[in-house]
Amino acid sequence: MNPGDFVEARRRLEAKPHSAGEKLTTLEAAAGRVRDGDHVAIGGCLFSRTPLGLLREILRQRRRGLTLSRNLMCYEGEWFMAAGAVERVVTSWFGIGLPWGLSRIMREQVESGRVRFEEWSHLALGLRYRAAAAGVPFLPTLTMLGSDLMAAGQAQTMTCPFTGETLCLVPALFPDVALLNVHRADRFGNCQIDGYPHMDVDIAHAATTVLVTAEEIIGDEEIRRHPDRTVIPGIVVDAVVEVPFGSYPHECYGRYEADFSHFDAYVAEITAKGTEAIHAYLARYVYAPRTHQEYLALFGEEARARQARSARELVG
Amino acid sequence: MNHSAAEVLAVMAARQLRGVTSLFAGVGIPLLAAALAQKTHAPDLTIVVEGGSIGPEVIPGRLPISTNEMRVAHRARMLPGITDIFLLAQRGFLDVGFVGGAQIDRYGNLNSSLLGPHERPKVRLPGSGGANDIISLCRRVMVVTMHERRRFVPQVDFVTSPGFLGGGDARRKAGLLFGRVSRVVTHLAILDFEEDSKAMRVAALHAGVTVADVRDNTGFELLIPEGIGTTEPPTERELTVLRSLDPDRRFL
Repeated sequence: MNPGDFVEARRRLEAKPHSAGEKLTTLEAAAGRVRDGDHVAIGGCLFSRTPLGLLREILRQRRRGLTLSRNLMCYEGEWFMAAGAVERVVTSWFGIGLPWGLSRIMREQVESGRVRFEEWSHLALGLRYRAAAAGVPFLPTLTMLGSDLMAAGQAQTMTCPFTGETLCLVPALFPDVALLNVHRADRFGNCQIDGYPHMDVDIAHAATTVLVTAEEIIGDEEIRRHPDRTVIPGIVVDAVVEVPFGSYPHECYGRYEADFSHFDAYVAEITAKGTEAIHAYLARYVYAPRTHQEYLALFGEEARARQARSARELVG
Repeated sequence: MNHSAAEVLAVMAARQLRGVTSLFAGVGIPLLAAALAQKTHAPDLTIVVEGGSIGPEVIPGRLPISTNEMRVAHRARMLPGITDIFLLAQRGFLDVGFVGGAQIDRYGNLNSSLLGPHERPKVRLPGSGGANDIISLCRRVMVVTMHERRRFVPQVDFVTSPGFLGGGDARRKAGLLFGRVSRVVTHLAILDFEEDSKAMRVAALHAGVTVADVRDNTGFELLIPEGIGTTEPPTERELTVLRSLDPDRRFL
């Protein structure tokens, strides 16, 4: 779909059910809704609430030709590049985090021309999702003007019809699929998020298909007791899977802190051995574990308990 | 007290925050500078972080790595969404923003996107993140950076974050009505921009630094006015507070 094509985006949405009914399913079935060539938007931000359970399963199903968009992209982007699953990334920043320097895998893939890197400012990307969430073709903003980011994406300028000032217009970004990991959901897909909302709500409303993992499935009565806590309504969601530690070893606000020692080891291996190291990592952490439980077992219960304690200290 | 280049940078950036009430800051030295200012001469400073945190407190020894993790949410007063936090800046609520970049030119334009040709870069860098938004939307922006010749280049390869673009009123003409780059704070000097040309100018040198040192570490011709002053070296109090925030010296 062309950026900003709000008519086509609306027709796609109207053509599918918006059921308030049961959506509880498995990771395999949920990830199975992603097609080769889809634009997949990833919720959370950098190493916060990354839907790693769903991302791993999409790789296991060997999807190809994807576009991935995310506000700040972390090492999941490296996985998709190394696996040959992605053609284009749309983001404002790509790395693992300041202490780990430039992403070697991303550099190899982008500098060789195998993957296209489409850069937007952080706000501009947020407004692209928001325009789509609102069902309009673009939003005006005062950011990005005068920079080379204007030409890098498909931003336009216009003269404001009311004031005569120059505005930047960012086109709506309508992903085919949104992937989110939230704190709690009921089996109908009503979602609660604690702490940072990031861009998850806009991404959910912008996408045609919304796949959610929840740290915990809660009952209908619990949702109805606190309707003010529902940030994404069930009618927007297509699949819900209960996946405790669904972002691990990335963080989930209040539940577990990111395990930076894992990041250290991951980057050290790639620094030492290059691409070969990431293939070994994918074999061990993505392809070998048949379930998310088997994946978590690779980190050990003790580490998870430690990261959970750490989260409570920080924001408990 | 002996001190590192990073400590000079943090102290000098912190001093720029006297009287400032709201600051958009990234992690690393900018956040340390903000926390130092808060604990010394800017008690009313509200720190705003792009991942979605307003008014967090830095936990000594547990400095955040990203702008959107729990370490930046500690004792925060609000956790808005990322888009909304930038819209606060677009509306005009942010006095000052701190930014950095891999390259900076004489008009304060910053590059954190790529080195080499745009279509096929020689080095693909991480990208803007919020830097472009901070420099476009905050009322005053200060570049906080180490002063190195490879960084201070005649022309950036890519304008990720616009300073004064081609100089003069080019920034205004591009539609950037409100923000401006007011200072460049480095470990060698404080720099600002000449009113008309908007070319970078040395405003003050740090103790023990000469004009020649600054020139040697800058890849373009700087404006050097007569009678440049010298900043006070970091005080024992400033260094003590700073080191208490980063006892493992991860950033200092």
